Amino acid sequence: MLARIVEEAGIPTVVVTMMPDTAAKYALPRIVGVPFPFGHAFGSPGDADTQKEVVTAALDMLNNNSETRRDLDHLVWPQDDRTAYKDWQPEIPSPIVTYNAARRAEIEEKKSG
Amino acid sequence: MAVDSYRYLPRSFREGFEGFPVQETEVVQAELDRDLSQARVAVLTSAGLFLKDSQEPFDVETEIKNPTWGDPTYREIPRDVRQEHIGAEHLHLNTRDFFVDFNVALPIDRLKELETEGVIGSLADINYSFMGFQEDGTLDWKEKYGPQLVGSLKQQGVNALILAPA
Repeated sequence: MLARIVEEAGIPTVVVTMMPDTAAKYALPRIVGVPFPFGHAFGSPGDADTQKEVVTAALDMLNNNSETRRDLDHLVWPQDDRTAYKDWQPEIPSPIVTYNAARRAEIEEKKSG
Repeated sequence: MAVDSYRYLPRSFREGFEGFPVQETEVVQAELDRDLSQARVAVLTSAGLFLKDSQEPFDVETEIKNPTWGDPTYREIPRDVRQEHIGAEHLHLNTRDFFVDFNVALPIDRLKELETEGVIGSLADINYSFMGFQEDGTLDWKEKYGPQLVGSLKQQGVNALILAPA
């Protein structure tokens, strides 16, 4: 949403995201997809080479107006999926997760009651 | 091959995101009006980073009381920021790695290297950090903080913005 506001103001943008399918639903002009867990759009801590490669790809999209989406699927996250899936998540579930779970339980209870 | 957008998403969210309706169909596209090597570039994250000694943290206390609300404000992160200045508040992410290397979310150091190499003209003096969880707050982004961001970008003479939702 912020990207669109900035584009409307005449400043070109590129969005780097782990959810390129979702970004595409906002009809953004330039999307870079990365195969990394949430919070790590540019790679893992200390991996300057990967961070720079992602930044460079983003800049390249700004130079190249014919390409809307580029997925950097060749990049590798240093953890296995299971560990990475656990590691990016907060230690305490976020308030909305707890809130939604309580609402779902309430609905289930009403159904069975 | 396409990146799997749902690879790390909690299973309970997957259906909602996959079925998330298309929000916009018309592309709005500004063009870079100069060579990248002459352009001033800024970067924006939604990882909830802030300067721990001089800025207010994002308001997570209100979000705990009101789970559908997320702090819609943003913090300005200067280009000379160092790792020891960084704080982070984000109830939807484990913030641990931001305290090790903030460049995973806001690659200021990499952009400074690209500036030295002449790939970009310059990195902006001020870069931006939002807190990405917005449900009730999206209207504030649209009406207040988005326009404020645009004003700040223009004031700094920024020619292009890299956004990285966390």
